[in-house]
Amino acid sequence: MASEATQAVDSSTLWGGGRSPFSVSYGKMMMWFFLVSDALTFSGLLVAYGYARHAYTGAWPIGEEVFYSLPGLSGHYPLIYVALMTFILIISSVTMVLAVEAGHRKDDKGVIKWLAWTIIGGFFFLGSQAWEWSHFIHGTPGYITMADNAKYWLTEEIPNNKTAADVANFGLIANKGSENERVIEGAEAVSIYEDKVMHVQGANMTINEYGPPQYGNFFFFITGFHGFHVFSGVVINIIIFIQVLKGVYRRRGHYEMVEKTGLYWHFVDLVWVFVFTFFYLI
Amino acid sequence: MAAVSEAQVAEHAPDHGHEEHEESFVSKYIFSQDHKMISKQFLITAVFMGIIAMALSVFFRLQLAWPGESFGILNYFLGDRWAPDGILDRNMYLSLVTIHGTIMVFFVLTGGLSGTFSNLLIPLQIGARDMASGFLNMLSYWFFLVSSVIMVASLFVETGAASSGWTVYPPLSALPQAMPGSGLGMTLWLVSMTLFIVSSLLGGLNYIVTILNLRTKGMKMTRLPLTIWAFFITAVLGVLSFPVLFAAALLLIMDRSMGTSFYLSDIYIAGEALDPVGGSPILYQHLFWFLGHPEVYIVLLPALGISSEVIATNSRKPIFGYRAMIGSILAIGFLSFIVWGHHMFVTGMNPFLGSVFVFTTLLIAIPSAVKAFNYITTLWKGNLKFTPGMLFSIGLVSTFVTGGLTGIILADSALDINVHDTYFVVAHFHIVMGLSAIFGMFAGIYHWFPKMFGRMLNTKLGYAHFWLTIVGGYGVFFPMHFVGMAGAPRRYYQYTDYPMFDGLADLNVIITVFAIGAALAQAIFLFNFFWSIFKGQRAPQNPWKSNTLEWTTPVKHVHGNWPGALPVVHRWPYDYSKPGKEEDFVPQTVPIADDEEEHG
Repeated sequence: MASEATQAVDSSTLWGGGRSPFSVSYGKMMMWFFLVSDALTFSGLLVAYGYARHAYTGAWPIGEEVFYSLPGLSGHYPLIYVALMTFILIISSVTMVLAVEAGHRKDDKGVIKWLAWTIIGGFFFLGSQAWEWSHFIHGTPGYITMADNAKYWLTEEIPNNKTAADVANFGLIANKGSENERVIEGAEAVSIYEDKVMHVQGANMTINEYGPPQYGNFFFFITGFHGFHVFSGVVINIIIFIQVLKGVYRRRGHYEMVEKTGLYWHFVDLVWVFVFTFFYLI
Repeated sequence: MAAVSEAQVAEHAPDHGHEEHEESFVSKYIFSQDHKMISKQFLITAVFMGIIAMALSVFFRLQLAWPGESFGILNYFLGDRWAPDGILDRNMYLSLVTIHGTIMVFFVLTGGLSGTFSNLLIPLQIGARDMASGFLNMLSYWFFLVSSVIMVASLFVETGAASSGWTVYPPLSALPQAMPGSGLGMTLWLVSMTLFIVSSLLGGLNYIVTILNLRTKGMKMTRLPLTIWAFFITAVLGVLSFPVLFAAALLLIMDRSMGTSFYLSDIYIAGEALDPVGGSPILYQHLFWFLGHPEVYIVLLPALGISSEVIATNSRKPIFGYRAMIGSILAIGFLSFIVWGHHMFVTGMNPFLGSVFVFTTLLIAIPSAVKAFNYITTLWKGNLKFTPGMLFSIGLVSTFVTGGLTGIILADSALDINVHDTYFVVAHFHIVMGLSAIFGMFAGIYHWFPKMFGRMLNTKLGYAHFWLTIVGGYGVFFPMHFVGMAGAPRRYYQYTDYPMFDGLADLNVIITVFAIGAALAQAIFLFNFFWSIFKGQRAPQNPWKSNTLEWTTPVKHVHGNWPGALPVVHRWPYDYSKPGKEEDFVPQTVPIADDEEEHG
């Protein structure tokens, strides 16, 4: 089979022991079973997310209303940045395929080139995720709640070490999203703000401005767990990259390690497709 | 890592597998990568863990039989902190129950059983030089040992070990302030289980890949001994179900230490509401039992596989329904993933969904009955050799049937709701899972001890051990059915607090007396085990006149298993008493004669 880095066994002969009936080395098969196992971990987490979302009776946050920023730009660009991240991650899978293919041809230079692009893609994704997290944590100016459970959204952010009175154009939006939506400004807004019970801004583990705490909890945990997988994938890619530079696989005669790493990398990308779908799209 | 493991394979290549390596003490006995040594390491660790878990059960049985009475032994082992004046502390009681369950289920019957026999038998019975990756195999043992040590160590922390039951349901497990054992003890429990899951994953991957990839020439899947089939499906179940427990445990750790609320909602402690809202403890139960139910079969299937081999060999008959046995292992494996809801009938589950779980659960009775009847028909009119291993295997069939029948009762939600969380359930799973699996483990130890240590276990002591154990085992768990039907719930510290259970006092005494007797009987085994390792009678090449490949290897272990070329397999492993043959067994390595038909 052309797609195999290892030598295939003719299927018409019985294997002579120590040789695979599936024409796959034990290491590659182990990687496949590991990925199945890891897929179950993610399934468990995503099903748990679905469970929490289904059990929640209120409105669950919508991805495009939470994630709409681009770095360095103000304005409303729903899901544009996460689409870019996802695109880059998928492209890094393509470059990984090219690295594996170069390995089949025993082309060191090709492997080095494409693996380098894959690593860069991985770092870009990790950096983007860090940015996305910081944006999620920081949030909008947020809202305040009152003793009578009324909820006012702030029009302007209150910087650290400042009070509402210091902020020019400070205003509060009452009944946001309903027919009676109105903006309160000036001294009235400041006095309402001073009587607040709680000011919720951005997200942390116990509360967030977007919706129920489970939304933030699962967002942090699942994207974090996935990000940890991407991070370990990048680390493994770098190790393999160094091995290729040192000529380890050239001496060994095959580049199967590149292929196994590739399997892991594709898996991590595939998982992201599901995470992206569940957190951002639906 | 991979470089090491590939070097290992090169080392085991057929042409130079027969070279004996000069090995240092450390690489031979401690950081060994040889599957036979790793198997012994697993076994001895599991034996020690078993002793601890059994001792814990005796401690809490004393309290249950004679509530509030003083026992010097409790004070001796638990000290003034946990047994002041020899009276067991309430919190310690819960810790004992929890750690007894955890150690028995995970460390003895999962790690110990699979770790010992998968490691020993997979390479030997499929004709491989070693496991696919000796290095990962070694790591698997070391993760297991470290997690065992942490689990035992958790008994010694000041606030006590985890005490929310072996299932560690939140909120007791999720709130460090919920009870003394929810603090550091619970943290250690989670750390230990995380390491255990890693160990189980590394082991499982190795078992699967070795079975698929490293079979010797002629060893088709349909010529594999049933032990190997059982280990294979067990490993697949582990690889598929433990990651979900891992996910559940990670979320639990977050709830404990990061302030999230995956499992927590509306908790009041001393009238004060805690922060977490909106989580669901039922979510944890779903995730836990998605592992938890396959786990039952992870424990049971290796024991059944061992018994298939031991019963066929000692009946001098082919196993009845070889393919039906494989089919039922596969069916049990598949069904075990779609029945977890039967642990949760009282969680307020939609009755319709409950009835689906009733249906799938009852379906498991079919492959289980196939196995039970195949054992009986294999024994039927066999030329039975009552070795201790054989007795334990027959004991397994007995407990499998007894416990399985109450399983049918518990599978039915309408009946289960009445006895849920009572001693009826305790009786059920201790017989069907506890006794059966431990009998399978003993059967395996008696049968393969000669292969492991090159010496025989003493048969007379083996008989004494068997009879005392099976009488003790039934004596403990059979009366529990009555305790459960009388309504006594699990995990109660002191029944005398509730006058309605006064009538059960005598039963509880009987149970405890049998428990002490069964525990003392294990001393016979321990003596036999450790004495025979050094002083037992030397084992012959093939003590049980068995067909499988492991008995063609030298009694004295060599690295790479076979000194010369790997054996070639020509037939299935159950050609016992084949008509027209001189001997009543035909090893797998004997070619099919011209006038002979291969078993299809």
